[in-house]
Amino acid sequence: MTDLKRTPLYDLHVELRAKMVPFAGYEMPVQYPLGVMKEHQQTREAAGIFDVSHMGQVILSAGSWESVALAFETLVPMDVLGLEDRRQRYGFFTNEAGGIDDDLMFARRGDDLFVVVNAACKDADIARMKSALEPQVTVTELTDRALIAVQGPKAEAAVAALDPATGAMRFMDVRDLQLGDVAVWASRSGYTGEDGYEISVPAAQAAAMTQALLAHDWVEMIGLGARDSLRLEAGLCLYGHDIDAETNPVEASLLWAIQKVRRKDGDRAGGYVGAGAVLDAFASGVSRKRVGLLPEGRAPMREGVAVFDAAEGGQQVGTVTSGGFGPTVGGPVAMGYVGTEHAAVGTALWGEVRGKRMPLHVAKLPFVAANFKR
Amino acid sequence: MKFTEEHEWLRVEGDEVVVGITIHAAEQLGDVVFVELPDEGTVVSKDDEVVVIESVKAASDILAPVDGEITEVNTPLTDNPSMVNDDPQGEAWFFKMKLSDPSQMDDLMDEAAYQKFIA
Repeated sequence: MTDLKRTPLYDLHVELRAKMVPFAGYEMPVQYPLGVMKEHQQTREAAGIFDVSHMGQVILSAGSWESVALAFETLVPMDVLGLEDRRQRYGFFTNEAGGIDDDLMFARRGDDLFVVVNAACKDADIARMKSALEPQVTVTELTDRALIAVQGPKAEAAVAALDPATGAMRFMDVRDLQLGDVAVWASRSGYTGEDGYEISVPAAQAAAMTQALLAHDWVEMIGLGARDSLRLEAGLCLYGHDIDAETNPVEASLLWAIQKVRRKDGDRAGGYVGAGAVLDAFASGVSRKRVGLLPEGRAPMREGVAVFDAAEGGQQVGTVTSGGFGPTVGGPVAMGYVGTEHAAVGTALWGEVRGKRMPLHVAKLPFVAANFKR
Repeated sequence: MKFTEEHEWLRVEGDEVVVGITIHAAEQLGDVVFVELPDEGTVVSKDDEVVVIESVKAASDILAPVDGEITEVNTPLTDNPSMVNDDPQGEAWFFKMKLSDPSQMDDLMDEAAYQKFIA
């Protein structure tokens, strides 16, 4: 495990006997002694803490909100300008073919834009922003901060014990907070389908803050294993699996993330990388769609499982891009791409596991209803 | 009890052996969510894939530890795969088999050798 980077919580993970694995260039905890299944349930039923410090945290500034927002709109198909102060939104970088080069969260902090990108893509993302936007926009990676997610129905109780102001935040609000004696900023968001917060904290204070949150006996550390099953049940995409440079937002069923103002006939329609291709896909439709896939038996259908339109013979009509066991569902869950003609909820299809066709059907996402504080 | 390098245990019971996976293997697998057992009466050769076991992390195969015939399978595991984590060397046996060549048992490890193997 040479050349792997460590997050500011590395020593804490080891102390808590996490199983550390290489992930996106970092040594990360895949699970703690609790185990993936119980960590998953802990997050759904109480509260879990996730170290997501491997993700890239980037500040963009250009003197005014309007300048930075309009500059960022050249790289993403989202309404950035219309974002209210201290609010966050989901987005993605597109490429010339209309594919997705990374997905991200962006937040307005006064005149600055705060962007959180995936660990595996962050070097490319930062290079993209610098090359496209500098010198009008200053692009600064925050390498001295950790990012800690607190998720679950009791996340508010854990965080509000340190700063009661967090209780008043709604889903996707962003605030500067004082958690004990640590100055942080946080959004009310996450990637588990549960209520919670993502807290950007100075690296030097990250472990102490995490331990203050762990002081409650109903808060536990949660590894990447449960993070994956939680986000899968929540119907959320994992970049590089469910979406990538070859999938456009229409195929990926991510149109909800493109606000009207950036669509055809919107005031700021197009104007981002690959806009022509995305608008074409909008107008003429796509041949495949990302859908939920619910295996009917007990066998998990994992990434790469081929999906057919018949129990025998027939055609391959799709592929699983994420799949596994959903502890809250109590059975296997999956998502993937199928031909548009097979994408209606309820469509009966078959996944081929170890040479055997097993029934599944197209299912509504998410598998577990979101529990956000709207 | 005898052990294989594939982390199975075998316990002689009359003229049959009972086969399961070790505590060590169950810990390594993590939470087991799916078990597919062979049909009773299947004749297997050593190293045939006889059981599919999936944990939250991945799918693994359990190989036949010796030649013989599957005489009985532990069907409750199919509906309750987490038994494999709860009691891998007891309740959660996978199958019983009748050996074609009982001398194959001599090639397996005893408990002390297995403990050394996983240390």
